[in-house]
Amino acid sequence: MGKILVLAEHRQGALRDISYEMMAVAPKLAEQMGGEVTVLLIGSGMDDLAAKMVAFGVNVLVIDDPLFKDFNADKYHKVLSALIDDLKPAVVMTGHTAQGVDFMPALAVEKKLPFVADAIDLEFKDGTLKATRQLYSGKVNAVLAFKPAETYLLTFREGAVEAPEASGSGSVEKVDSPLKEDLSYRKFVEYVEAEVGDVDITQSDILVAVGRGLKEDKNLPVIEELAKAIKADIAGSRAATDAGWIPHDRQVGTSGKSVKPKLYVAMGISGAFQHLAGMKGAKTVVAINKDPEAPIFTVADYAIVEDMFKIVPKLTEKLKELKG
Amino acid sequence: MKMFVCIKYVPDTSEAEVKVNPDGVSVDSSRFSFDINDADNYAVEEAVLIKEAGEGEVTVLSIGPKQSDVMIRMAMAKGCDRAIRVEDDRIATHDPLMVARVLAGAIKGQECDLVLTGCMANDDWHMTTGVALAEELGVNHASMVKKVEVLDGKVKAYRELEGGLLEAVEVDLPAVLTIQTGINEPRYAPIRGIREAQKKELKVAGLDDLGIDAATVGADASMVVLEQLYIPEVESTAEFIEGEPDEKAEKLASILVKGGLV
Repeated sequence: MGKILVLAEHRQGALRDISYEMMAVAPKLAEQMGGEVTVLLIGSGMDDLAAKMVAFGVNVLVIDDPLFKDFNADKYHKVLSALIDDLKPAVVMTGHTAQGVDFMPALAVEKKLPFVADAIDLEFKDGTLKATRQLYSGKVNAVLAFKPAETYLLTFREGAVEAPEASGSGSVEKVDSPLKEDLSYRKFVEYVEAEVGDVDITQSDILVAVGRGLKEDKNLPVIEELAKAIKADIAGSRAATDAGWIPHDRQVGTSGKSVKPKLYVAMGISGAFQHLAGMKGAKTVVAINKDPEAPIFTVADYAIVEDMFKIVPKLTEKLKELKG
Repeated sequence: MKMFVCIKYVPDTSEAEVKVNPDGVSVDSSRFSFDINDADNYAVEEAVLIKEAGEGEVTVLSIGPKQSDVMIRMAMAKGCDRAIRVEDDRIATHDPLMVARVLAGAIKGQECDLVLTGCMANDDWHMTTGVALAEELGVNHASMVKKVEVLDGKVKAYRELEGGLLEAVEVDLPAVLTIQTGINEPRYAPIRGIREAQKKELKVAGLDDLGIDAATVGADASMVVLEQLYIPEVESTAEFIEGEPDEKAEKLASILVKGGLV
């Protein structure tokens, strides 16, 4: 069996967590498949990052070329396409991230290879690779079996597993870029940093966060009253910020902020994994949601199954009374 | 600008109980309420905004049952011009690569400068169809787009990365953009638009009508098999506070205060 080729993801000079997390997944798969892990780094000035990955006891293949100074989905696609022909890896794995989703589906179409997106678990048994992924608001798991193929393509969810401790040593091999020229039809222009608001919720001690359950922005005053009573800042899920109820810079989640308050009160938030990833640093979590199946309850310390509006006014009143 | 906007009729399972059918590979959707997929709703709005800012025509494209016509009419009420609904039970819809191939087959042979679609479907979360569609069509793409500027012969797309960072890219047209939620404020359909939408063309087509060989988009063509669906065991270590609503609120307040949490 061949290589498990893992694309290490990096941005603005730093490896991203998913690169380390895949070091918990790929070696296990390599063992089951009887292969070995090769980490692929594509970029410009990759020596430091290569050293970090090699510490996981894997071989690192480096394409270090100014052509890859910035991420470009089409360039990554072309490089991986050439490497699949050349190395015939058993598996090509990337993060299910803004990078991975931007080229892996196209690569699968071009190479006519099987592809599963957003895997949270993998197993190779009796000659078949199976991937588990989530559906329907995370309430259902699906097991997908790959039909036999030369190479299996997949993206793995960020935050689904813990990164292992780095231990061991491997080798670093530099190879020339199979892509020799810049592309005319897709150009990286710039990064635009997130806007900065009046409150930095990553520094808040107490956060009151609302989601889709808020229903409309005229319901905000009761939440503001609660927040005021316990000196909390208000944050929101993606649903709440998309709807314009809460400013975008107060969005908690993968595409927003990662917060670490002492107390996080989640109201009317179902708890999509992207949201849970952003609040995993919270010390104590209170969740109020009328859906008993809401994933938010899996990370809560205190839980109330109820419509938030039947709870909040009384909660605020009682808190004011108890706190004097 | 000739545009296509690909949309999907999806169940809202955010507050619904989901049960797996005895066949083990489908869920009981009889009690779900269905509507346009969130991100697709933003894609429709973006297509209409682009049309209104210049000139152009927007074709709605969807794979789904007759019940989804109400969603398609609503998109036309907001300003889309015509629609194609593909209905054929031979499509392996568990595999977004097969879905992308069908969408490509429905678009091929027609004038098309720009395809917009949601970056993710709320039901199956693949984030795959749009980028695969671009490759099937042999055109450029950018995914998870949070802002679009149409330039001469190309688009500048601002892709949403993790942590709120945006990556601006320029891609030549024709192109597929997968649209992220929050890019705009989807409008409500005006009454007049709803009336006009009834008169707009909604073509219903099967694979044969579109000239798509069913063998290339069915379960045999798909290289992945949906083996099993199951409800994962939910492990919650939370203390569930019980009682009447007021009691629950009071109990929570005292837990927070006594525990020194507030």
